[in-house]
Amino acid sequence: MGGVALRGISKRFGNTRVLEELSLEIGSAEFLVVLGPSGCGKSTLLRAIAGLESIDAGVIEIDGERVDHLPPGKRGVAMVFQGYALYPHMTARANIAFGLRNVGLPSAEIERRIADVARLLEMGPLLDRLPAQLSGGQRQRVAIGRAMVKDPKVFMFDEPLSNLDAALRARMRHEIANLHRRIQATMIFVTHDQAEAMTLADRIVVMNQQRIEQVGTPEEIYDCPASVFVATFIGTPPMNVLSAARAAGDGVHQCVQLGDGTRIDTSVAKAVVPAAGTLRVGLRPESVGLCALEAGQSRGVVEFVEFLGDRTQVYVTLAGGDRIVALHGKAVPARRGESVGITFDAAAAHLFDAQGHNLRRVG
Amino acid sequence: MPTRPAHETAAGRTAWSGAAAEARTGVLFVAPYLGVFAALLLVPLFWGMWLSLYKADLFGGSQFIGLQNYARLFRDAVFLKSVGNTVYFVVLTVPALTLCGLGLALALNRDTRGAALLRGLFFASSVLSVTIVTLIWRMVLIPDGGLIADLLTEVGLAPIPFLSDAQLVMPAIAITTIWWCIGLPMMLFLAALQQVPQELYEAAVLDSAGRWRTLTGITLPSIRRTALVVVVIEIILQFQLFGQAQIMTLGGPDNASLPIVLFTYQIAFQRWDIGYAAAASEILFAIILAAAMTQFFMARRRGD
Repeated sequence: MGGVALRGISKRFGNTRVLEELSLEIGSAEFLVVLGPSGCGKSTLLRAIAGLESIDAGVIEIDGERVDHLPPGKRGVAMVFQGYALYPHMTARANIAFGLRNVGLPSAEIERRIADVARLLEMGPLLDRLPAQLSGGQRQRVAIGRAMVKDPKVFMFDEPLSNLDAALRARMRHEIANLHRRIQATMIFVTHDQAEAMTLADRIVVMNQQRIEQVGTPEEIYDCPASVFVATFIGTPPMNVLSAARAAGDGVHQCVQLGDGTRIDTSVAKAVVPAAGTLRVGLRPESVGLCALEAGQSRGVVEFVEFLGDRTQVYVTLAGGDRIVALHGKAVPARRGESVGITFDAAAAHLFDAQGHNLRRVG
Repeated sequence: MPTRPAHETAAGRTAWSGAAAEARTGVLFVAPYLGVFAALLLVPLFWGMWLSLYKADLFGGSQFIGLQNYARLFRDAVFLKSVGNTVYFVVLTVPALTLCGLGLALALNRDTRGAALLRGLFFASSVLSVTIVTLIWRMVLIPDGGLIADLLTEVGLAPIPFLSDAQLVMPAIAITTIWWCIGLPMMLFLAALQQVPQELYEAAVLDSAGRWRTLTGITLPSIRRTALVVVVIEIILQFQLFGQAQIMTLGGPDNASLPIVLFTYQIAFQRWDIGYAAAASEILFAIILAAAMTQFFMARRRGD
């Protein structure tokens, strides 16, 4: 299976930049998820690797071979599209066989490969049906089969689960993860859904405004986001990011003060914090605790309470006007409109500089 | 016999009267169209059938003669020739209109100014009246000072009398018609092509499909329903050839370009024998119906 290397690739549509000087290495048999909001360039990146979009600059290599000048069919890639793109007038079998016939594979070999894929994906009974006679999940399976049967160096998935309902999405997510474990292929998966990214990826590439914001394992991305964007894009609910002022501390770690005067002794080394410029402190909702009014480091008024079954999301407005969200257990110590004490896990706090960079990563 | 509880029957009655009221409202909504449909299509259709069973004069006097008009038609060499001419014309024009329309649509299905201009140009002929179209093509085809004749004379060849040669007259009218009517099939095919999802073409590219394989494996199967519609529409339209033949040749030479509608027109409005003309139009109606239905059912049997 092939590794992929992207070196300085750029792409413009007229005057609009959609990819800018983008470089990335994808390891062999790695499951890489490209995550980002709509319009960030993630689908264009995938299509550029597949050859469905030309690039204006840069180099794309698959398995060490430069492919950016090759037509899509010769790059050794296969793609599962968002809408599956199954040929509607062909049976599942013909859909799967189409690409193999085009490269002149003998019929016996085509049949053998279809049988293998059908067994692996448990879709034998579906082979003689038209796409219109298949459910969303079954179409998805045929689309994956069509990609697998070509034995590509790289599998690409362009938001393949976004047309499915929530239950089926979760099931297909597990099936794709299982498939990757079994066939150990290089997979590039584009999505805007962080749950898909976190559960499927070996590594996640977070993209924003045509650039890569961060590349890392799901744990790295969640625990140590590179920027305010990543911090607020990953996590449900997202990280609380509040304006903070520098405060005197132990001299080793940076201490900051929130708008309401609350001090937070972060674990960020003071040495990496710039002497001037605005600072923002970031706290995951699970690092914010609710307690009795007098026991809190700070206090606020409960604005909303969202009960989620095993936990509760509580939206609180601090005395300084900042709004934060806390994750709490089932029993919340205050109701809507009531005051509540707040504690912060200062050791887990992040500090962001004026450009939005996470200073914990610098340290 | 078990009887239904009173409340159940009452509920059933309420549901029934609700459905009936809904049906009445529905009928009221479609009534205006049904009225026009009946007045302008059904009544003339059955009136024509009834008329075809009479020996009737345009200025009064009619006598029931059963199927004699039909028997006469099948012995009438001129009518049989007109049927042959019409079928020949349909064979010349329908495949050509379908294939040329498809070819133009494939060539012009792109988002460029040039393609938009050419789409407009090719469709422009469709908005012209038959009089203008035939005048233009007479100027092209006539041997005495026509465009083609002048070109042939320039290179030292004799002019070809397209409109007075029994072998050439029908192809000449067919070319005129194709030029005139190409806009509609082209537009229908363009609309169909634009409905084919772009993802299918991208999947085909990744499946190493070349241009020809993409055309035959993806594009044509995706627009087959439109192709069927185009063929059926064109069969119906081209069987009704009239204006071009009337203006360009009056059916000549020696009835070589006489189509069924022109034959019917001449019988009805020049010989005033409207019963006989009605019988001829009923035959045309049956031929068009049979041809269109045959095409339709053949396509359905193929799974379209």
